[in-house]
Amino acid sequence: MPKLNVNGVVREHDAEPDTPLLWVLREQLGLTGSKYGCGVAQCGACTVHIDGAPVRSCVMPASAVQPASKVVTIEGLSRDGSHPLQKAWVALDVPQCGYCQSGMIMAAAALLKTKPRPSDADIDEAMTNICRCGTYNRVRAAIKQAAGMPATRSASAHEIIHLERRTT
Amino acid sequence: MSAAGIAISRRAFLGTTTGAAGAFVLGFPLRADAQGAAPEVNAWVVVHSDERVVIRIARSEMGQGTLTGLAQLVAEELECDWKNVATEYPTPAQNLARNRVWGNFSTGGSRGVRESHDYVRKGGAAARMMLVQAAADEWRVPASECTVDKGVISHAASGRRTSYGKVAATAAKLTPPTEVPLKDPKTWKLAGKPLARLDTVEKTTGKQIYGADLQLPGLLNAAIRACPVFGGKVRSFDAAAIAQRRGVVKVVKVGDNAVAVVADTWWRAKTALDALPIEWDLGEHAKVQQAGIDAMLKAGLDAEQAAVGNRNGNTVEALAAAATRIEAVYSYPHQNHATMEPMNATARWTADRCEVWTPTQNGEAALAAAAEAAGLPPAQCEVYKIHLGGGFGRRGAVHDWVRQAVAIAKELPGKPVKLLWSREEDMTHGLYHPVTQCKLRAGVDAQGNVTALAMRISGQSILAGIFPQNVRDGRDPVAFQGLNAGGGEAMFGYAVPNLLIDHAMRNPHVPPGFWRGVNLNHNAIYVECFIDEIAHATKQDPLALRRKLIPDPKRLAVLNAVAERIGWERPAADVGGQKVFRGLAQTHGFGSYVAACAEVSVSKEGDLRIHRIVAATDPGHAVNPQQIEAQVEGSFVYGLSAALYGACTVKDGAIQQTNFHDYPVLRMAEMPKVETIVIASGGFWGGVGEPTIAVAAPAVLNAIFAATGIRVRDLPLAKTSLKRA
Repeated sequence: MPKLNVNGVVREHDAEPDTPLLWVLREQLGLTGSKYGCGVAQCGACTVHIDGAPVRSCVMPASAVQPASKVVTIEGLSRDGSHPLQKAWVALDVPQCGYCQSGMIMAAAALLKTKPRPSDADIDEAMTNICRCGTYNRVRAAIKQAAGMPATRSASAHEIIHLERRTT
Repeated sequence: MSAAGIAISRRAFLGTTTGAAGAFVLGFPLRADAQGAAPEVNAWVVVHSDERVVIRIARSEMGQGTLTGLAQLVAEELECDWKNVATEYPTPAQNLARNRVWGNFSTGGSRGVRESHDYVRKGGAAARMMLVQAAADEWRVPASECTVDKGVISHAASGRRTSYGKVAATAAKLTPPTEVPLKDPKTWKLAGKPLARLDTVEKTTGKQIYGADLQLPGLLNAAIRACPVFGGKVRSFDAAAIAQRRGVVKVVKVGDNAVAVVADTWWRAKTALDALPIEWDLGEHAKVQQAGIDAMLKAGLDAEQAAVGNRNGNTVEALAAAATRIEAVYSYPHQNHATMEPMNATARWTADRCEVWTPTQNGEAALAAAAEAAGLPPAQCEVYKIHLGGGFGRRGAVHDWVRQAVAIAKELPGKPVKLLWSREEDMTHGLYHPVTQCKLRAGVDAQGNVTALAMRISGQSILAGIFPQNVRDGRDPVAFQGLNAGGGEAMFGYAVPNLLIDHAMRNPHVPPGFWRGVNLNHNAIYVECFIDEIAHATKQDPLALRRKLIPDPKRLAVLNAVAERIGWERPAADVGGQKVFRGLAQTHGFGSYVAACAEVSVSKEGDLRIHRIVAATDPGHAVNPQQIEAQVEGSFVYGLSAALYGACTVKDGAIQQTNFHDYPVLRMAEMPKVETIVIASGGFWGGVGEPTIAVAAPAVLNAIFAATGIRVRDLPLAKTSLKRA
């Protein structure tokens, strides 16, 4: 049976070789954190890491993943949600519906590995995932927070201005 | 709803394995907690003996934060400790069985908070009164002498204290109070505060279960293809051609227009479906082209017959007498909701029971659809609401995918089957934002006063497609969203002495749907861009003209707030050597007053950059300001995606766009800074999820005109080059 090293564990599956990695993860290995959004590498909801690099698993045949390669999914990013990005995501209340957020976090985690202090341009280039709820500004702010960078006003979505509360 | 969401799917799982489906909703009196106490104080509040408080939420959480907001409102009146709060969904069948004790489940029209704030707060307040009464009875003191703080009840005179968890069982047996006064919002401690959402953590770890993720023992998976042309039918298919493929269980004709393949995994079902030969009877609409739809709508712009939405004075005479006349024609296309999670439902059917697990914006409508498709009375059916990967109106009024899932499950009695649409199926079988065109004519006198405005909308009616019984004498009231004369909802707001707004209904065969913002989207573009056109044509400042025409102080307040914040009186600073220009828009809808000012630059080559949008919203009461801000930003992404790129066009009767490569949406690099001003002026309850979407596009389009002199009237923007010589 074909094998995959996923989240540090070598696991067998019985999918056909051309089955996309996404569907092996979701249907054979029970890892449903990686999402199906488009199936054509457009939306990034299926993003996982293969040897640290972000990969859109919906178009990656499982058989193309080398036996020695290490696949990491959102379930394996941290043991307990303690990755700095996950903590920043919670602190800034980033998700809305949340469906795209696994892919967002995995794309951001790969970015921070290569660029620990990313510029806005770096973020724009790396974060091409689609979010229909529109969480982009909080995603940007959370990446900067996780990177230990001050979320400048220009980078932050967070500005709520309460005008004087009046009673009519 | 991190905990509760999982809890519900776990209960759903239990239901399927024990068959105790009717009784597995946590917290009902028939279920006792570990200590044997009956934890339900009333329909809204369950208090466990360990002080955990479960607040029941009837509306659906789809990202908009209503779950947290509604819990805040209940908890505010309940006076419980917010740290102990969890939430859960009651089920639609339970709602029916209990005489609709949780009211309306429908989650659309930005109505989650604004239409249930009163009874959910009363639910929390009544529970508090009963809990306090229980303690007072035990102590033999008047309840009025007792106080509550974070779930701890005290009687100062005797120094006694107890907690909600200790008295809940006794409280549950008391007669509910008939008089339930509510707090003055000015005294709120939890509501009105920017609390963190209750459902965030599991969305960051992959643990949040969506409909597409649901697992049940023995689950089968189905992929489906419906006739590409709306109204077409299945003529034949060759099931034998794929019968030998690995994992394939059954090929099922679904209704008269679709074929599904059921297999052990979805990927095997999907690939088998791709290989299945299907012959379609494409039907009469196979000849319809986009140009034909456009021409049909164009004819409506000058048609004699039209339903009047708002009229005063005499526009014919006033236009004839005007010193300056301005005329423009706009158009707005069909658009798909494109929720990130495609439509899906899991169904299990037997001769006497049908269960459905699905992400839905309206559990009761889903139950009705399931019951009808199952051929069973609703009392023998149940819908378990699963967290939605986006809704935006697609998962509300019409549950086509639920009917399909039940029809498939009926072919495999007793077996749970999960139907998941491909993105391509989702793109080509949506319920689309209605297509419209609009002709506007204004008359202005020599002093620059707008003396006449005639606005003719031609195009599709959502109600005619979904609730035709609500169309009276050819008039669809929803078509006039944002254009109403009064009534407190979606009002026009400009005082023009001679006004005529009417709608010539023209319905193409493409099915319409409620799409986040609904008709306010295009109506606000038409009105706000045309007001801008009037201002420029008569050399008036767009802000000054609006101020002159708007009598309502609440409307002026949001407009003035954005103008002040953006610094309208001073020119914007250059960005990267490009001059920055501004555009304004304001409207009223879903009960809220909203305005926006956008700052853009456009290079000579026509590259648009949206730098910043300042938004103001006055929903009356602001239950969670940080979630309002998230909704404002999110609505701008949705609205700008639509304005810049969104178009579903028809070729040979079918939708041409199939995925995000040809239906692009806004991505992070294009996202402007957004500054949100939340004005809680009090005295009314407006919606939050939708109103601001409508001002994003006109504000940007007006800024583009200021930058380029190019007036974009044909949406989406991608159809117009902004390149200048």
